[in-house]
Amino acid sequence: MAKLYELASLVRSKNAGPFALTFDILFNRQEDFERVKRSGAVSGQAVARLYGVSANEVRFFVCDNARAFKASIRRPTFQGDIGDCDNHGGQQFAPLLDIDIP
Amino acid sequence: MSTRQRDEIRILAPNGVIGSGFREESFEEGLGRRPHFIGVDGGTTDAGPYYLGAGTAVLSADSVKADLRIIVRGARRLNIPLLIGSCGTAGGDVHLAWMFENLRAVAAEESLSLKVALIHAEQDKDYLKRKLRDGRIRPLDPAPPFDEGVIDRSERIVGMMGVEPYLRALEGGADVVLAGRSSDTAIFAGIPIREGYPEGLAWHAAKILECGAAAVVHRKHPDCMLATIRRDHFVIEPLNPEFRCTPQTVAAHTLYENADPFFIVECSGTMDLRESVYEALDDRMVRVSCSGFIPAATYTVKLEGVEKVGYQSVIIGGIRDPLLIRQIDDWLGRLQASVRKRVRQVYRDRLSDNEYVYRTHVYGKNGVMGALEPVKEIRSHELGVVFEVTASSQEIANSLALIIRHQALHLPIPEWSGMVTNLACLYNPAYLERGAVYRFNVNHVVEPDDPLEMFPIEPREIG
Repeated sequence: MAKLYELASLVRSKNAGPFALTFDILFNRQEDFERVKRSGAVSGQAVARLYGVSANEVRFFVCDNARAFKASIRRPTFQGDIGDCDNHGGQQFAPLLDIDIP
Repeated sequence: MSTRQRDEIRILAPNGVIGSGFREESFEEGLGRRPHFIGVDGGTTDAGPYYLGAGTAVLSADSVKADLRIIVRGARRLNIPLLIGSCGTAGGDVHLAWMFENLRAVAAEESLSLKVALIHAEQDKDYLKRKLRDGRIRPLDPAPPFDEGVIDRSERIVGMMGVEPYLRALEGGADVVLAGRSSDTAIFAGIPIREGYPEGLAWHAAKILECGAAAVVHRKHPDCMLATIRRDHFVIEPLNPEFRCTPQTVAAHTLYENADPFFIVECSGTMDLRESVYEALDDRMVRVSCSGFIPAATYTVKLEGVEKVGYQSVIIGGIRDPLLIRQIDDWLGRLQASVRKRVRQVYRDRLSDNEYVYRTHVYGKNGVMGALEPVKEIRSHELGVVFEVTASSQEIANSLALIIRHQALHLPIPEWSGMVTNLACLYNPAYLERGAVYRFNVNHVVEPDDPLEMFPIEPREIG
């Protein structure tokens, strides 16, 4: 068992425009990417659970060329609006780091 | 730019946003490759709604002029066009005028004569209302509600232009094109498309160029990127010899700040990058092929708008009392009730509870993620607290901040008897004026009758 952050080369979050938040999980090593892909632990459902949205509100992508997973959700609060705590959306990835990878 | 038979087109991007800096030797290396034009992005919504609302830029005039001086001198030395998109961060008329002044200052200092085209992107409110009535404005997902009231109360609304206004400006003989709000990629994609290169390759190369040297293994600082587009592929090469692109870094670039890594929507169609092939040419350069483009049935222009939410004041303080920290939520709840009660005493019927917004951010607990924070148990020995109040005027916001300060300092907890002082105020006076605050209020597209109708071109001469 490993934590996602032990296998990924970069886990990040960012605005995708003012109304969406996107997460990228990238890998340096092909075998780490394949292992996570095989495990099924990184998925739209996993993102939905961690960010309190339903699975059909998560757009989830497997990007083989980039050795990456990507997920996009509606921004919980629109960028810069009252109540938004992260203007660039750059620190919202932390809950992904501890996903267990068999 | 009339050599339509040439077998490649070279494009130099000095960095991802003008004013962020680049290594001058990399730029010289780029000029040595005889690029056919230079393009650079000047804006983003990532900076937040403030800049479109306030009419200012997120990088200073000094920073922008430092880059502009080197770039415009290089473009004139080679006698090639320079295209700058989304000027002044948000690309409204005031931002475009600011960029033109920066260019004029640099040109005067460098004794340059320039033919300039300004492309306006700020939208006329009556035009938008007509389009709305005609059913030619559609929401994207997610979109806030949009009606004539939103148009009226918007501080500014800009349209994000495609390639057509750039090409028209170049037909007029401009040395330098300064564009208002623009699709980042349109800055780079227009000229290769005009010259008949495959649209998928042109747009995909543009998507990489618009971020300068972002698509490298370790981007230590902003720097220059070169794209060479040929008939059936393009090559991406960082111009700093210490930077490397790999097939993965180039493929991964389409993930960045994009909701969908395979389909990227532009005014005139959608990039389809599902079949793109990325190959290493050596340990620094990557060859990309098979990128597609699906032309749109209807041409659309995305709108960006902001409205003023109010005026804000904030107090930054710290809490070290462990007895207070262990009941922080309860105490903050009681504090809010106590503040609201005092505001009612002071203002009576002149300021109701829903005419101001009171928020607290607790760093060391959930200041970054708010309700989404999965860690519920805190172990911090101190907490950072930001009290934030938003009201219809700065005067009221300040007045409310002073009430919050006083209440926060002295609101007791049951464990202590006698007068307490709960908050370590960082500053004196305790509050900071944040000025006007704005929110994005549009996520819609317009269907214009013509790609040029929303983007008037204004020719100007310098020198």
